Amino acid sequence: MNTFQESLARALQLVAQGDAALFEIVARSLSVSGVACIGACIFGLALGGWLGVARFPARGAVVTVLNTFLAIPSVVVGLVVYLLLSRSGPFGFLGWLFSFKAMVAAQVLLVLPVCTALTRQVVEDAERANGEQLQSLGAGGVLRSLLLAFDQRYALVTVLLACFGRAISEVGAVMIVGGNIEGFTRVMTTAIALETSKGDLPLALALGLILLTVVLGLNAGIALIARWRGAHAEGLALAGASA
Amino acid sequence: MSAWVQLKGLDFNYGSVCALRGIDLRIAPGERVALIGANGCGKSTLLRVLDGILRPSAGSIVRDVRMRQALVFQRPFALRASVLFNVALAPWLRGLRWRAAREQAREALGRVGLEALALRNARALSGGQLQRVAFARAWALRPDVLLLDEPTASLDPHAKREVEALMADFASSGMTLVFASHNLGQVKRLATRVVYLEQGRVLADLPVQTFFNGPLGQTSREAELFVKGELG
Repeated sequence: MNTFQESLARALQLVAQGDAALFEIVARSLSVSGVACIGACIFGLALGGWLGVARFPARGAVVTVLNTFLAIPSVVVGLVVYLLLSRSGPFGFLGWLFSFKAMVAAQVLLVLPVCTALTRQVVEDAERANGEQLQSLGAGGVLRSLLLAFDQRYALVTVLLACFGRAISEVGAVMIVGGNIEGFTRVMTTAIALETSKGDLPLALALGLILLTVVLGLNAGIALIARWRGAHAEGLALAGASA
Repeated sequence: MSAWVQLKGLDFNYGSVCALRGIDLRIAPGERVALIGANGCGKSTLLRVLDGILRPSAGSIVRDVRMRQALVFQRPFALRASVLFNVALAPWLRGLRWRAAREQAREALGRVGLEALALRNARALSGGQLQRVAFARAWALRPDVLLLDEPTASLDPHAKREVEALMADFASSGMTLVFASHNLGQVKRLATRVVYLEQGRVLADLPVQTFFNGPLGQTSREAELFVKGELG
């Protein structure tokens, strides 16, 4: 049995050598999560922006349900998508099960509530602070949500990065609807689970390292944006004070 | 004289809190009305009702729809964009094409002396400059009535003078002015009429000379104490 050090050394070797199988899995992971995030965020930003300014009788219930979906386990999403796409399910005729499309669909459903709920919170806070001034200028609900989202664009970039982080690091949904088929639907997280159970620790560790690097990159991106925003705001305040 | 706005028995509630009660008010074109009273007396709410962003809970409000109004807030909001964009946004939101709105915005910025800052990020401005941008934004709407919610409250003395000069300039062009203020000197300088509010009710509605110099009578005892600085 390999020691941890040996496995780690072999893992680093795989990464350094640019192992084709390894990077094929990485590329598939990035494309599944990337496409899913684009799809989910188009709807999530629009829906969250609208919810941030809209007022209707059942709004409180809608927001509560939405916030509940933030914590939905990915395996539950996988199960639901599996049932929908299975032959006897309502969307069985699409023939998507155990395909790239099924994994994207599952991750869209997983990320959509995150994007919608966080966008709603960002836009709602901005609406509470400044919405009536835009309303006074003549902006209706849709325009207000667009203008406030534009104003809060840096906060929303952080939301998008958080959504990608959620998608790329989940394992349950893609395992169920993708089937972890080698060369077809195997992604980083499902490969790590499989290789660990098989005892091929170097490959699992190599994938783990890359996944960690991707997530680390995302967090560094979020931190950089936050830092840049802080420095920018400070610079603006100083410029305003000296003007 | 026809009225710009007429309020009859107007109430406004924030949930269970009554902010305005039984307001009867008539404002004619060209008047310069100061709304005064202690904090929480309903000045800002009344301005928002006059602007139309709050709907009364009871009573009626009739506006002359031919006249346009603009509201300037105590702490104006600017989007994270250029000063020109922020000013042009107002006429664009009221239906003007973007190119024409930008032209109108440039002209309005010239009016408040900020044309040199047109391309600067609005978030980089000082409080006084931002308030002048708010005036430019209001001016770009070509309003007949300007509503101002304590426009000099959070400014330093220099910026206060600049903003007050703008208010006087706007008023001299014949614009109807309705402003909330705690600054009684400013009220004396700019207003022709004073409306004193106490707990959401109008306690006094008098010409400025009468309000400050004449006997206010028993019904306006609270107003008299406010003027003396013993209230609010």
